[in-house]
Amino acid sequence: MTTHSSPGPVQRAGRADDAGLRPPAAVPVLPLRPPTTPLARLRWAAGDGWTLTRRNMTHVVRAPEEIALYFSLPIVFVLVFGYVFGGGMAVPDGGGYREFLVPGVFVMTMLYGMGATATAVATDVGRGVVDRFRAMPVARSALLTGRSAADLLRALLETTALVATGLLVGWGWHRGVGNALLALSLVLLLRVAITWVGIWIGLVVPNPDTVGVIIFPLAFPFTAISNVFVAPELMPGWLGAVSEWNPLSATAAAIRELFGNPGVAGDSWAGEHALLLAVAWPVLIIAVFAPLAVRRYQRAGD
Amino acid sequence: MSGMRASVSAERRQPAGEVTAGGRYTIRAEGVRKLYGRFAALDGLDLTVERGTVHGLLGPNGAGKTTAVRVLTTLSRADAGRAEVCGLDVRAEPEKVRARIGLTGQYAAVDETLSGRQNLVLFGRLFKLGRRGAARRAEELLEQFGLTEAADRSAGQYSGGMRRRLDLAAGLVLTPELLFLDEPTTGLDPRSRNQVWATIRSLVGLGTTVLLTTQYLEEADQLADRISVLNRGRVVSEGTPDQLKSVMGADRVEVVLRDTDDLDRAASIVRAVTGGPAEVDTDTRRISAPTVDRVSALTGLARALHDAHVALTDIGTRGPTLDEAFLHLTAEHGDATRTTTEAA
Repeated sequence: MTTHSSPGPVQRAGRADDAGLRPPAAVPVLPLRPPTTPLARLRWAAGDGWTLTRRNMTHVVRAPEEIALYFSLPIVFVLVFGYVFGGGMAVPDGGGYREFLVPGVFVMTMLYGMGATATAVATDVGRGVVDRFRAMPVARSALLTGRSAADLLRALLETTALVATGLLVGWGWHRGVGNALLALSLVLLLRVAITWVGIWIGLVVPNPDTVGVIIFPLAFPFTAISNVFVAPELMPGWLGAVSEWNPLSATAAAIRELFGNPGVAGDSWAGEHALLLAVAWPVLIIAVFAPLAVRRYQRAGD
Repeated sequence: MSGMRASVSAERRQPAGEVTAGGRYTIRAEGVRKLYGRFAALDGLDLTVERGTVHGLLGPNGAGKTTAVRVLTTLSRADAGRAEVCGLDVRAEPEKVRARIGLTGQYAAVDETLSGRQNLVLFGRLFKLGRRGAARRAEELLEQFGLTEAADRSAGQYSGGMRRRLDLAAGLVLTPELLFLDEPTTGLDPRSRNQVWATIRSLVGLGTTVLLTTQYLEEADQLADRISVLNRGRVVSEGTPDQLKSVMGADRVEVVLRDTDDLDRAASIVRAVTGGPAEVDTDTRRISAPTVDRVSALTGLARALHDAHVALTDIGTRGPTLDEAFLHLTAEHGDATRTTTEAA
């Protein structure tokens, strides 16, 4: 590389003829100054996270058919299990099956949200939007926290729809609004944990289609071998034990207790400490999968 | 002319009061290696790009163009070597690098669910323009890139050319010091391609340095001040478009015969007229030879073959194809390596 001498082809001399494209007007020029203090970094990360949360919520608004699908699934479950199978289902305390079922469907809905999370993440990665964000002065955490926050808001909508459906089919809470709200917070905490698993899956799979293939076989055993539909006492001994230690069962048992619904878990350790486990499990899952997802995201280019 | 333009843009940059880091070069890479498993996508890449110029990175699929862009934009980490962008080490200070560059093209997509306007507002907000600032900038860009009418449609419904324009606009929410354009016209029809070219040309006026990757010799020729030819993860040739074309070999004159029987006779006529070696392909009955003066070679050859009663199905001239250029350059590169090894 020596001198920069020879003139280029004549055609290059600033022809702005096509499509009325004018040279860009005076605009602020990069660089931005990345924040330096920890507090400024936190504000920067929170700002970017919120911007991307809003982006994800805009997706819901622009493609409402998807959320309609996600709303309808739990409602169908309540109706099918509550009315079609409900007659044949026994509840240990002898309460109504639908009273038993609705908290289980809360939990199941949170689990199946994992598919939506993973698909959204895998789609972003596949289309190169993630690369664009990663090459911009945007907080590295923002895409993941934005996803997590948007999915939490979405879970809030789903939960609201389920509460309404539950009330219509005769479910209710019997231990005061405070306990009911506490129960709903446990449901949302579970959703946050599941979201991080979903984000990790979305970053690991090669493309969004894979998510659709693997998510059901992955999620179904968790709902089947749990207390979502059937009380563990009614299962064969070892299966019941597995079922009681299932994170989904912990949340379902805890919220049944808080709502005052039938089917309060049995006398095993897991059953007696359902509330503790309903907090411990999600926290543990977040502690494992959030760092995994963040690391995976940071290395997405390699 | 391009030299003049470069100096004008350098001046424009100074009054902004910004101390531009990196001195004369916006990109300096030395011996960059990037491995994917055992495959070296970059195998000792050396690259320097002067401030305020358009630099073309030309190469076939798999030559390492995109990997080079990914390393320089901090998306991937190199396994060895050094790379500086705007005077900043991409490995040590990736955040500061990202605050100075723009990336558009192949792998930096827009959000297909959002509308064009929503995309630009989103990027404006991520560039910390604030709510009003981002909205205002989005309007300007939509207008500038001829997307105002389509502003509220999903980007997923845009035509290829519109999407590429939106993509470019998104890369220009703030004017970057260095803009990476990764195959900006691959897959576009000629009209859209011309629009994108015009946009890129107008950018240079702002003093932005551009690194352009392309598979098309013509595109690099049209836009770039200098070109680096990449093959198997290395720069095998570097220079102005004119220098490069002369390295890549001359234009060729080519005839296709009707009868195979005429091949020998015609080949000797071609040799006599062009004064150079003729390449004969028996299967396609094609004879070609390099030439300096295309017009006289073509007319002379047509007359001589006509006089000799050789029946033709086609005759014409063509520039060196990229394939030929690569064969040529990589062969040369291989020789050079061998020579060095022998010398050592």
